[in-house]
Order: sequence, then structure tokens, then C-alpha cells
Amino acid sequence: MLTNYFPILVFIAIGIAVGGGLIIFSRLIAPNKPNAEKLSPYECGFPAFEDARLPFDVRYYLVAILFILFDLETAFFVPWAVVLHKIGLYGFLSMMVFLLILVVGFIYEWKKGALEWE
Amino acid sequence: MLNELIPLIWIIAKILVILIPVLIAVAYYTYAERKVIGYIQVRIGPNRVGVFGLGQPIADAVKLLFKEMILPTASNPILFVIAPVIAIAPALAAWAVIPFGDGLVLANINAGLLYILAITSLGVYSVLISGWASNSKYAFLGAMRSAAQVVSYEIAMGFALVVVLMAADSTNLSQIVLHQSGGFWHWFWLPLLPVFVVFFISGVAETNRLPFDMAEGESEIVAGFHVEYSGIAFACFFLGEYASIILICAVTATLFLGGWLSPFQGIPGLEQAFAFVPGLVWFVLKTWVFMFIFLWIRATFPRYRYDQIMRLGWKILIPVAVVWIAVIGIAIQLHIPPWFT
Repeated sequence: MLTNYFPILVFIAIGIAVGGGLIIFSRLIAPNKPNAEKLSPYECGFPAFEDARLPFDVRYYLVAILFILFDLETAFFVPWAVVLHKIGLYGFLSMMVFLLILVVGFIYEWKKGALEWE
Repeated sequence: MLNELIPLIWIIAKILVILIPVLIAVAYYTYAERKVIGYIQVRIGPNRVGVFGLGQPIADAVKLLFKEMILPTASNPILFVIAPVIAIAPALAAWAVIPFGDGLVLANINAGLLYILAITSLGVYSVLISGWASNSKYAFLGAMRSAAQVVSYEIAMGFALVVVLMAADSTNLSQIVLHQSGGFWHWFWLPLLPVFVVFFISGVAETNRLPFDMAEGESEIVAGFHVEYSGIAFACFFLGEYASIILICAVTATLFLGGWLSPFQGIPGLEQAFAFVPGLVWFVLKTWVFMFIFLWIRATFPRYRYDQIMRLGWKILIPVAVVWIAVIGIAIQLHIPPWFT
């Protein structure tokens, strides 16, 4: 069973090796002449005038929370979808009740304006 | 000792057989992009390096390899170097489960579709890490935008995949393809048409392509999360982005256009006439169709505004996908032929 997954592990390792290898190889052959101006953060040619660790809009945070909710719900749907043919009408209707609750929550957040960006 | 190593060497050889064509495809996809967009805009595109400019991608790669990689003083150096590796590694590793033909798959695992979903969502880490580690305002803004956008469209994509699973009865990609056998009208694009569109649009948004390229937004935040990257580190982001585009196209072809299946299946005469064409050829042709559509979209549409992107993702694509879960569920209960017998 798990032997099927071993090639994937090797592939991930090779993927990392491709990325890391390119960077190390370039480090060896490319010029490296740093100076203070070159290494300063890019801000259209002007010196950076404040720290870049700015506070960010809370809506990004809201989107992240909504994402976790919905992604979890997708995770509930996946095993159900695979066995749908076997569990028949009862299994189908049970999940539709769950979907209905999900939709009610979705309508609630829509009406509350959680999905608005202006 | 040697006997234990032979399977590993065999696996590595098979991986290289997948990896090298993928990397060549990525290189020539950048060339195709410039040529196609050139002709769409009535230019001729690159034509100086080699015949028809065919040496252009190689010249680009060599140039980027020999350029200095800048490590800004304000950055967090470890994360700054890790981010491009995270950009490229998942985009390549996801190819492990793509069925290129009947049995032509490196790892024929049952959770293939889940693996694709899991590993492609790792891409957002490279964006967030690079934006944070660069310690630059443009990079930070680009990373925030991109993360919120990718995460939003991932929900629509997840629901679309649930519908595919319902129709196909399996998360194994080869099984999904075999479930579509029976000819052009049996492929999932027809019964799952709205979901097919949702999936493809989400795919365009997931890879931060125009018209959803708010993360890069050249005209306002110059290049977004990779503004501080130069040389080969930039090339890694570039390779990762194009590898994920080709991956999304390959996955779309597998899920909705019957993967390696011949489009002439079930048509008397034509089926026999094209029986000699290997499945790999059909798979590549179908992938090319979507790769061309990606370029076509890029050349045609102007960039969305950020609130428009979020509205499309949350208020249109997700409801469509959720409704189609119910529709396909009912269709399966009613055993509607020919797809849900």
C-alpha cells in the first residue's frame, strides 16, 4: 500500500533538489558584488522610508477564516462523494441537509457583508 | 546493497522521464506565450535567437543562471532562499500522479486527486514566505493579495473536484479517466459543464495569471511578491508558475476531457482509423488546447479589480459549484444515462 507512495516521496525530493540545485549552482558561477544601494529594499528608486512590516487589512484575516471553514466542509464532502453510489438515497439526503446548513451560513455571511471589499 | 538500490534507481529514471519533458515544456511554453501573444497583438514575437527564435528560452535560462542573485539586507535570508524552492518543488512533484496514458503513471495511488489538491495548495506558502521574507512593501502587498485570492479560489476548486468525485466514484486519476470512456459525449465536460468552467477559471486564478494577476500587478505593485528576487531565484518562481499552469491544464484534460482517451471512441470508422494513435498523444493534445486558452485569455482580458476578483470567487463560482453538487447528486439518484448508470 505505502510502496505506491514511495515514488512520490522521491519525486518531492527531486523537486526540492532541482530548486535548491539551481540556486546553489547559480551561486557558484554567478557574480556576487553586493553594495549597500543594491541590497536596499526596492521602492521605485527612493530610499525606503519606513519599515515594510505594515499592518494589513483585517479583511484578509476574515478571508482566511472563511477559507478554513469552507475547506473543512470540502474535506467532509470528499469521502461522501466517493461512496455516494453505495450509500443510496439516505446517504444522499443526509448530506443535502448538511449542505443546506452550510448554505444558510453562507447566506448569513453574505448578508452580513463579510464578502464585500468596498 | 545493490539489489536494494535498483528499484530506487528505476524510480529515479522514471521520474527523469517525466521531469525532463516537463521542464522542456515549461521552457517552450514561455516561448509559445511570447509568440502567441505577439501574433495576437500583430507583432512577430521573439525571432532573433536561432531559427524562428527557438533558442530564446535557452538563452533566457542561461542569462538568468549567470546573473547575480541579490539577497537584500533587510530580508530574512533563510526564508528568502527557501521560498523559490517551495515555488518550484510542488509544481514538479504534482506530476507524479498524472496518468499520461493507460498505465503510464508513476504512482497510481488511490488518493491521486487529493494529492494534487494538497500539493498545489502548497504554492501559496512560497508566495507568503517570499512576500514576508523580502521585507519590502510591494512584496508584502502582493503576497497578501495573492494569498487571499488563491485561498478563495481554492474553495471553488475544491467544490468542483467534489462534483468530479461524485460523478467518477473514485479519487484515483486513472479510474476517473476510465470512467469517462465511451467517446466524446461521455467525457465529464458535458454533464459537469458549469463545474468545468468553474474549475478552469479557478485554475487561472490559482496560478495568478491574467486577468487575476493582482499578486503581480506590474502597473501598481511592480511585480508583487517576487519584486526583490533576481537571477536564478526569480527563474525558480517563473518555472514554478509555468509548471503549475501546465499542471492545471493537464489536470483539467484528465478530469473533464477524458485524459488519454481517443475522442473518436464509439464512432464507427474513425475509431479504427485513429486506433494507432497512442493515448499519450491525445493527452498532450488536450493539454495543449487548455495551454493555448491560458495564453488567449492573457492576451484578451484586462486585469480585474481586487473586489471584482473576490466577488467572482465567492459570490459566483462557489454558489455555482454548490448548486451543481445537488444537481449531480440528484442525477446520480435518478441514474441518468449515459453518465450516471
